[in-house]
Amino acid sequence: MKPWRLSPHILLLLPAVLVLLAVVILPLILSFWSSLTPFRLTRPDSIYDFVGLRNYARLMGDGQFWSAFGRTVLLLTVALNLEMLLGLGLALLIERASRGQRILRTLLMFPMMFSPVLVGFQFKFMFNDNVGLVNNALQSLGLTNSAIPWLIDQHLAFFSIVVAEIWSSTSVFAIFILAGLMAMPRDPLEAARVDGCTPWQTFRFVTWPFLMPFAFIAMTIRSLDVARAYDIIKIMTDGGPARRTEVLWTLIARTGYADSKMGMANAMAYVAILLSILFTVIFFRKLAQSREQIAAEW
Amino acid sequence: MDANRSSRIRKRLTRWGLNIALFLAMAIICLPGLWIVLNSLRPTVEIMAKPPVWIPHELNFDAYVAMFSGVGSGGIPVIAYFRNSIIIAVTSTVIALAIGMAGGYAFARYRFRGKSGWFLGLMLTRTVPGIALSLPLFFIYAKLGIIDTHFGLILAYVAMNVPFTVWLIDGFFRQVPRDLAEAAQIDGCTRWQAFWTVEFPLARPGIASAGIFAFLTAWNEFALASQLTRSTNSKTLPVGLLDYTAEFTIDWRGMCALAVVMIVPALALTYAVQKHLVSGLTAGAVKG
Repeated sequence: MKPWRLSPHILLLLPAVLVLLAVVILPLILSFWSSLTPFRLTRPDSIYDFVGLRNYARLMGDGQFWSAFGRTVLLLTVALNLEMLLGLGLALLIERASRGQRILRTLLMFPMMFSPVLVGFQFKFMFNDNVGLVNNALQSLGLTNSAIPWLIDQHLAFFSIVVAEIWSSTSVFAIFILAGLMAMPRDPLEAARVDGCTPWQTFRFVTWPFLMPFAFIAMTIRSLDVARAYDIIKIMTDGGPARRTEVLWTLIARTGYADSKMGMANAMAYVAILLSILFTVIFFRKLAQSREQIAAEW
Repeated sequence: MDANRSSRIRKRLTRWGLNIALFLAMAIICLPGLWIVLNSLRPTVEIMAKPPVWIPHELNFDAYVAMFSGVGSGGIPVIAYFRNSIIIAVTSTVIALAIGMAGGYAFARYRFRGKSGWFLGLMLTRTVPGIALSLPLFFIYAKLGIIDTHFGLILAYVAMNVPFTVWLIDGFFRQVPRDLAEAAQIDGCTRWQAFWTVEFPLARPGIASAGIFAFLTAWNEFALASQLTRSTNSKTLPVGLLDYTAEFTIDWRGMCALAVVMIVPALALTYAVQKHLVSGLTAGAVKG
């Protein structure tokens, strides 16, 4: 009988898999179990009290949960699309700048270093209705006399959060799309010009397909980490005022820690996790698709 | 002739328009940070002034002095927070790098069944929102008694960073031609020696930037830290920032000063590796 040995790739992957099993997968299994119980931190015994899908059934009929869910999807869709568009624009602008590209690229990294908590505070400060930069500027320019309640009005608060989110993440897209622009071969562009394409056609049919994988890498990286928005929202409005900017993540934190309804919070958390996984899988597949297309054409 | 001139003018106008757009975009990117720095140097009266004071009358370092002078005199235990942040971020980065290097090497150099499935699975563990993961972690950590310890946070951050370091390092190892290590092996190196003497030095800049990325993630993380820390034993800087908020008031000046303290190390590190960061993530973009 030959001695049983692990092949090297399994051995190399083992530490990563073990850590993730211990710190992510096992806790998730536990949290799935507790989402099937009426578990409360104040009554530890309640974790053995199996109630099946009651928490989930309750969530289905919960208006507050669904509005948070809808708001989360809306926020992600609006923010990610705008970030992609603005990042593309920014990258194109920087690419055609003749001088100072290095400096511009360095400045571009700037928002990436800001902790999301910091971004939250910074924009909470700037959008403050009393001492904030935005209102002060508007008033000094004579555009308005009143203190605009940026973080208090429902729609304005949502807008402010989107602005903070976009400020912190647009540069991720810009940086990757810029890297794509730099790596792009020049010949197809010249060929397109010789063939009489307008600038728009050149962009649409030559440049953009080449940039797609780079844009989707940025998308994938962002979607791996969409829940960073929790930090920003937690600081800026904490889901308030009166739950008008509540998203899934703030709702989970409130239900789990403030109301100590862990079972219910875990059921919500599972919905949030599935949502994140859905976003990531979509972008991973698009990334693979656009890669194949590029490989076939070039 | 006339058509020539008008088209030249139009070209110049669009060029100016685009330059102005670029300038505005860069201003929007930089201004918030500068605003924070400026306000950390201004007295509170000036921050609160109505009508607003645009040109500062006096600048001083009072906020920084107050912050570092300890709990009693209006400061917060910022030195303890800073120490916790450094210990936790550095340790978790080193461990995540070691694990990520092993994993990334496996993905870059070996063929095995279900490789892309494993890769996707590894990445998906990263998508779990911090706040969702904190619920069961909080419970388990409480049972194990490792809430409010460095160990607990380090463990969590290692797990958070492993998927991403694997991705980055995989990209960098794929850029190193396979032939080099094979040549070394033909010359009599073991696989282990070939790795350390040939492949590792070539991939080193990439590994460094993966390290910085992991460091920044741990340095900036809030959702987990806010639930798994309790006191100066393990509170990190992002959680410490909340010390400046009271129920209805916020000490803007102190907060800005702490923000500057948080940002400076991150700034220096990111600047050091900016070149390699992007190339690592996009390494597989076109070649697949």
